[in-house]
Amino acid sequence: MSAAPAIVATGLTRRFGKLTAVDAIDLTIPKAGIYGFLGPNGSGKSTTIRMLCGLLEPSAGTVEVLGHRMPRDAERLRRRLGYMTQRFSLWDDLTVRENLEFMARIFGLGAAERRQRIGELAVDYDLGGVLRQRAGTMSGGQRQRLALAAATLHRPELLLLDEPTSAVDPQSRRDFWESLFRLVGDGATILVSTHYMDEAERCHGLAILAEGQLVAEGAPRQLMRDIPAAVVEIEAVDTVAARAALQGGEPVRSIAQLGTRLHALLDRATHDPAGYVRTRLALAHVDAVVHDVQASLEDVFVAATGFRHGPRDRAAPH
Amino acid sequence: MLDRIGAVMVKEVRQLARDRLTFGLIVGIPLMQMLLFGYAINFDVRSLRAAVVDDAGTSLSRAYVAALQASGVVEFARPSAGVPELQRRMSAGEISVGIHIPPDFERRALDRTRPAAQLLVDGSEPMVDSVARGLTAVPLPRRDGAYGSAAPLLELRTEYNPERRTAVQIVPALIGVILNMTMVIFTAAAIVRERELGNLELLITTPIRSGELMAGKLLPYVGIGLVQVTLVLSVGASLFDVPVNGSLGHLYLAALLFIAATLTLGLVISTFARTQFQAFQLAFFTMLPSILLSGFMFPFDGMPKAAQWIAQVLPLTHFNDMVRGIVLRGAPITDLGRPAIKLLAFLVATLAIATLRFRKRLD
Repeated sequence: MSAAPAIVATGLTRRFGKLTAVDAIDLTIPKAGIYGFLGPNGSGKSTTIRMLCGLLEPSAGTVEVLGHRMPRDAERLRRRLGYMTQRFSLWDDLTVRENLEFMARIFGLGAAERRQRIGELAVDYDLGGVLRQRAGTMSGGQRQRLALAAATLHRPELLLLDEPTSAVDPQSRRDFWESLFRLVGDGATILVSTHYMDEAERCHGLAILAEGQLVAEGAPRQLMRDIPAAVVEIEAVDTVAARAALQGGEPVRSIAQLGTRLHALLDRATHDPAGYVRTRLALAHVDAVVHDVQASLEDVFVAATGFRHGPRDRAAPH
Repeated sequence: MLDRIGAVMVKEVRQLARDRLTFGLIVGIPLMQMLLFGYAINFDVRSLRAAVVDDAGTSLSRAYVAALQASGVVEFARPSAGVPELQRRMSAGEISVGIHIPPDFERRALDRTRPAAQLLVDGSEPMVDSVARGLTAVPLPRRDGAYGSAAPLLELRTEYNPERRTAVQIVPALIGVILNMTMVIFTAAAIVRERELGNLELLITTPIRSGELMAGKLLPYVGIGLVQVTLVLSVGASLFDVPVNGSLGHLYLAALLFIAATLTLGLVISTFARTQFQAFQLAFFTMLPSILLSGFMFPFDGMPKAAQWIAQVLPLTHFNDMVRGIVLRGAPITDLGRPAIKLLAFLVATLAIATLRFRKRLD
């Protein structure tokens, strides 16, 4: 791993009229690894990625990508960056081979290199059987593999992927992530945005965005360990009654349902969180099994983003 | 650089070849317009429906009616009993022209100070009035040289189009109208479509420069424009017998200049339009004044000053000047420097606007 980071952003801000889509984000993304942006829709993930690859000009703040200032030096970096848009943006009316050939020529690959790379990628991304098929007639998973193949044709050092798996089935998502790890193994740095917890958990580093702000950052494990809340798991037959019994309790920050169980996030300072929950439920005559648990990434996400929407926190100054 | 332009061109041509509708329009629009303007629209109006009230009933009046009929301009329906009936038939739309020959027709014919008969014309239709006026020039038939008008004051000789056929005037000018329509719409739509579908977002992050992208997208349309010119010329020659009196080389040179000017106009439109629908609307917005003011159908000299200034900005005006000069008057392109320079000025101006407006960025 080289010492210099792949991306350094300071005070990165982007406003669209009165709306602040990205609000003073500071980021340092190391080389050779997968770095994830986790956040709900509208949290500023796409806008941030677009500023990082020079598509949008920041309203304030600076971005340095692979040692170059963006967007000033964007053109110099084109050959070293690969970008995959959120929407499929290759050409539906061209075949897989034609799409790849076009992108390869745009990136200045010679005829022999083109043939060789397209051959390799067809194997890597399982596109050999559909090279003559038009992109518009393919499945979501195939289109996404084609888009990734097109983004890696020129062997970029840094790949920016904007919600690459939002339109594909779970099996395709798993295969896709296998490809990403292979690319990182070859020395690439990958920045990927997602709203899937399981994907976020696979990242080496993670930034959680909410309403344009960076609300948590770190390795997933570290984030789960350092969560600023106590997590209590409640197994109850009547989860609705259990939720009602806990709602409004002084240290209760949020309650989320995970399958048949509830996860309650309590103020970190709470003495014996499980005991507190047991008492509340007993008072309300709700039968439940309650114990302290290790936070999941979902809890981290809720703790980092959900609190912001709580009635008490809305009144609090930012 | 050339390889990237080539890559874009190959892509555009492939997409175009697969887009059956657009491909069909490239050939279909010129053919349809040629047939419409060549056959259906005819300024050389003939066979206007007419009726006569012959109150004289002499052999001279009958000879006069026969002379009018022989001119081919009018075709007589059954005669009317009186002028009121003539007017009623005109208001009912049954006839466009009425002729009243008074009882004292012979005496009036001898008296050169008074008109001999009256011509009633339906002024509600645009072309009828001016055509029917031509009837006033039909001389009285000479029976024995005693009366009848003398030779006309002016002899009319129509240069470059002696038979005065509309197709000869219209077909060359159609080259410009058709190019204007297809080039502007197709290029504007082709560029806006990529923005709309998100392709542009991807292209911006590649090493391609905006100039290369534009050149690669526009160049195939230059070829298409030249194909359209050829199509119009060959259909014009085979179906409507329109000759090319000047040099074909000069004609293609002028067409090339005009194609470049319309392509850059399409480019400018594409920088304003966010959706393909907007691009179509903007293209149409430039189309109508081009057709009306360029002198394609209505004589330029008859327009008010303001309309003439607007016409000066439209590339079609100057191309029509050039194309009529080369095709009909047989003029070499060197004699057409003024319109050529104006076209060039338009090209440079639009190119500058397009370059200033097209940014390789999303915002």
